[in-house]
Amino acid sequence: MKLTIGHLYPDLLNLYGDRGNIQCMKKRCEWRGIEAEVREFQITDEVDFSNLDIVLLGGGSDREQMLVCEKLKTIREDFHAYVEDGGSVIAVCGGYQLLGHYYDTSDGRIAGLSLVDLYTEQGSPRLISNIVIENEAFPYPIVGFENHGGRTFIGENQPLGKVLFGFGNNGKDGAEGVLYKNVVGTYLHGPLLPKNPHICDYLLGNALEKKYGKKELSPLDDTQELEANRYIVERFVKKQNR
Amino acid sequence: MIAIWAAKIISTACRLSGKQGVTFAGKVALKIDPNILRDLAGQVREKIFVVCGTNGKTTTNNLLCSAIEQELSSGAAADRGQQSGRNSVHGRVVCNHTGSNMLAGVVAAFVLAAKNNGTLDADYACIEIDEASTLRVFPYMKPDYMVLTNLFRDQLDRYGEIDITMDMLNRAMQMVPDMKIIVNADDALSAYLAMESGHAYITYGITERVFSEEEQGEQHEIREGRFCKKCGAKLDYEFYHYSQIGKYNCPNCDFTRPAVDYEAFDIDMSEGLSFEVLEKRVNCGMAEKKDGVSWKSDRNVHQYESRHIFANYHGFYNIYNILAAYAAGRSAGLGFDDFEEVLTAFHPQNGRMEHFQIHGTDVVLNLAKNPAGFNQNISAVMEDKKEKDIIIVINDNAQDGTDISWLWDVDFDRFGANVRSVKDDSNGQEAAGRTMGEGIHSITVSGIRCQDMRLRMKYVDIPCEMVEDVKKAIEARLADGCGNLYVLVNYTALYSTRNILAGME
Repeated sequence: MKLTIGHLYPDLLNLYGDRGNIQCMKKRCEWRGIEAEVREFQITDEVDFSNLDIVLLGGGSDREQMLVCEKLKTIREDFHAYVEDGGSVIAVCGGYQLLGHYYDTSDGRIAGLSLVDLYTEQGSPRLISNIVIENEAFPYPIVGFENHGGRTFIGENQPLGKVLFGFGNNGKDGAEGVLYKNVVGTYLHGPLLPKNPHICDYLLGNALEKKYGKKELSPLDDTQELEANRYIVERFVKKQNR
Repeated sequence: MIAIWAAKIISTACRLSGKQGVTFAGKVALKIDPNILRDLAGQVREKIFVVCGTNGKTTTNNLLCSAIEQELSSGAAADRGQQSGRNSVHGRVVCNHTGSNMLAGVVAAFVLAAKNNGTLDADYACIEIDEASTLRVFPYMKPDYMVLTNLFRDQLDRYGEIDITMDMLNRAMQMVPDMKIIVNADDALSAYLAMESGHAYITYGITERVFSEEEQGEQHEIREGRFCKKCGAKLDYEFYHYSQIGKYNCPNCDFTRPAVDYEAFDIDMSEGLSFEVLEKRVNCGMAEKKDGVSWKSDRNVHQYESRHIFANYHGFYNIYNILAAYAAGRSAGLGFDDFEEVLTAFHPQNGRMEHFQIHGTDVVLNLAKNPAGFNQNISAVMEDKKEKDIIIVINDNAQDGTDISWLWDVDFDRFGANVRSVKDDSNGQEAAGRTMGEGIHSITVSGIRCQDMRLRMKYVDIPCEMVEDVKKAIEARLADGCGNLYVLVNYTALYSTRNILAGME
């Protein structure tokens, strides 16, 4: 079996350790004997979505996001078809904002991909914090770090989780991230996947199911991952509730 | 005066109790007299240097200070000192040696150097300043020269994206229009800032390729600022030294690496750091003074002068630190004739490649607080071909930046090596065929976020041991290590680790 992971524009969208997400997906495939190929796309490259099983769209500065958004217009149609067809996407921070219709900033509107029905508005102050969220569909809480000026509103969509500590999408409605088809959008970096192996395996499982019709992943020894996850939960959530 | 007394008492009390009280002393002095910095900085007789930039501030600043002290203690400057009856040579350069580089730390450096009657007997000041703090310091202190070492991503949660740091530095520069800038030509971000600021600037750099493409092929460094700050196009690079440092030009607009005034060449890192520096002074003509006298013609120096430099330290990045200090002093009209002796006598302190001898083990403590710095640290450790133990200490206190995602932007992979197959005891599976690299005896992860660091190593298949308590980690490796120990720490782990090591020595 083989999965191909497409990393979109790592030259521009590479804040906050997104390489860790790629490394995590790659390793968790390899440890299971699944071949994993990572393709990095530069802003000048053509992206053939039909060859990709997982797409990672990371975070960049506002300026860099502006540079990317021009390019995104040209791939919007193919990307949309990929998502509607059940293609897996992990979009973090700036990449998450770009999934939506737009991001309104004081310097103007950054047009998004409109892949998911959501939008973002610039707010102040920046929301910077360790963050813990939970979702009953996953066996463990999801932990990470958030640092974003944008406030994202996901309407009727399902969030990735409920905020236990931190701010989340907009600091108001208690929701964090978005789940839409096989798309995961989130403000959590840190990076997201190494300390949340359940989210990594969710992405890998969805991609395998679409490609090979089977979702089962052989178990890995996640002692260290879950210890790191639990450390964050205990430090921030348990303390808060004490 | 009360401010000075209070600060001195606090500083002494803290020192006696083994704490770093510099910042606190500065805060108290400011509280008592908000104008104290303006007052004292105004008494510096000659020049005030500030050193800014993400990495290399402390080493560059301390080296510059040592070189100026040497200059003052020899030759004409010393004669002048004797004539005026002064005998405390070292007191004549104000310097924040410990790297306390926010407003309070800068204030403390001046206050602690002042006399109890409120006067300051100083010819020069060498002050490193945190980039974000320049906006708070410059209203009170107007430097003559700013050394700008480099700009890398650093503590994104505190400083925000690098664009924000650049904007702050630019605004700070505009507060001091007469300040001259000594800038690293090889960093497109720093050079852009200096060139666009409207200030007089001079440059230093390394024009020859030092690392072959094969050597760099295995590195996957994050390269900040690969896109032209002027027009947004992707910069062309003839070669990289590390991170985004290299020889670049924009294919789309007129932005290009500026001509280099102080150029290092013939670089040999086989034993310590050996290189030549050629002084060209091509940009100096831009430094028109207000009276019309150009910056270069107001000094009696030879142009196109080459000098051999040798320093017994590791770390390619130290070439830049040495170049920066040298260029700064020479630009200010200092001869620096004894620069080599200064380098020989200069022992980086405060956890910048600082050595300790503990029960027969050579321990090197080095600060590593962002990806660019850490990658350079890894290079420096790997330059040492002897077998070594490595301890990595990662904290996430406010001063470190509470966001530690940058660990994943560091090339820890370089501590590893490929092997055919490794039996992983923990799950009985055949792991992906990596182990510790040649010459690495052990890797230990420690500190508040040791869990994250352990995961970081797991995902490059490099085995490590986790010992959260730093002292216990050091004791363990002193007991079972190979006698050559590197301790790489981020910011808040620095002083505590240093105290532990000093206590053991």
